[in-house]
Amino acid sequence: MSEETFAPPVHVRLPALFAGLFPTAEREVTLHARTVAEMIEALDARWPGMRDRLCDSTPAIRRHINVFVEGRRVTLDTPLQPGARVYILTAISGG
Amino acid sequence: MTTKVLVLLGTRKGAFILESDAERRSWRLRGPFCETWPMNHVIADAATGTIYGAGGNAWFGPAVWSSTDLGDSWTHSSEGLAYAPGEPPITSVWSLALGGGRLYAGVEPAGLFVSDDGGQSWTEIGGLREHPSRPAWNAGAGGLILHSIVPHPIDVEQIWVAISVAGVFHTADGGKTWEARNRGTRADFLPDDQRYPEYGQCVHCLVMAPGTPNRLYQQNHCGMYRSDDGGRSWDSIEEGLPSSFGFPAAVHPRDPDTLYLVPLNGDIAGRFMPDAKAAVWRTTDGGKTWRDLREGLPQQNAFVGVLRQALATDRLAPAGVYFGTSSGALYASADEGESWTCIAQHLPAISSVETLVLEG
Repeated sequence: MSEETFAPPVHVRLPALFAGLFPTAEREVTLHARTVAEMIEALDARWPGMRDRLCDSTPAIRRHINVFVEGRRVTLDTPLQPGARVYILTAISGG
Repeated sequence: MTTKVLVLLGTRKGAFILESDAERRSWRLRGPFCETWPMNHVIADAATGTIYGAGGNAWFGPAVWSSTDLGDSWTHSSEGLAYAPGEPPITSVWSLALGGGRLYAGVEPAGLFVSDDGGQSWTEIGGLREHPSRPAWNAGAGGLILHSIVPHPIDVEQIWVAISVAGVFHTADGGKTWEARNRGTRADFLPDDQRYPEYGQCVHCLVMAPGTPNRLYQQNHCGMYRSDDGGRSWDSIEEGLPSSFGFPAAVHPRDPDTLYLVPLNGDIAGRFMPDAKAAVWRTTDGGKTWRDLREGLPQQNAFVGVLRQALATDRLAPAGVYFGTSSGALYASADEGESWTCIAQHLPAISSVETLVLEG
């Protein structure tokens, strides 16, 4: 049994734009993670390459990606409570 | 045997592909591909038909896209395409090149990566950023970009790269060590007594003549140059051109003395084609003389520019020549530049043009 499964479940809603970038990804997914960083690692394990779309090598969440947990914008270090609802959104940008 | 000619476009809003036959008279446009990401360079492996696209997106970062079905479907990866934690992250992939069975990628901030699995994973060729000149590299208008990669066609240990604003560098040991190769190229933006530095020139595009690996051409921010010794020394070949400023250069597929350029009116004069009349300039004697090629190109109110990777030739005979404008038009010549036709317009700003000829 992987370490991930000992972590509490969290519910993640992925950006709509991921439909094109990761055709096999579900729009909403339940994962096991204790922090936002662990959540993104779990996403990457399920859909390889997803971490690089969400995070840069700083490492940090990309500037135009917003991750909200219970209505608050968070960072990679933010802990996740059991049952947390996480929204990953693309910021308004471009022209 | 049926010949298929593809023109591959990188644009500010996705990749596009134009397709024709050997006659190159009628064209079919497909796209946009790559989820409308800004695509800086799209190339193809003539041996396999695989298409690779280099780009970067403000939301999702840098990636190299690939398609094994001539653009019908695409995947993307940036595994390993990263600097160490704490360093400024890579924002986009600027250039691609194939050599010795390897795929190379130049990125912003400037660095060189290589993939041995068709772009699925990447490793930095770290020796380049260890060059002693690295602290003096400066960003130009496009950022600090590695925009030209020229692998030696036979000796896999040799690669030339061009970085704006840093200059031309060469490795003879597969990328472990690098040598600046800029002697004879000007830096007009420096004081008079510093115009010919060892490095720090604003090279815009570097290309290799066919069949003669020591013959290189470069369009520089400050002049047009030819080298016959692998870049150890450069000679100005701008006499006869309407301007010393421009971005792209493209070699003929077979003749090392034939080169195509698109001079622009100057770096602080709008960067349009001179007198707002479109022209491609061609030399057939290695840069001793130049001739303007205008037939079929707009000769009034053509306030257009062509970016550094947006001029290309194909390998047919007579050679096709193609350029894309930053206002989204693509012009093609099927007769080595003698006459031109607009084969696409109203596209996003065109960043790159490359070709793929397939027989089958």
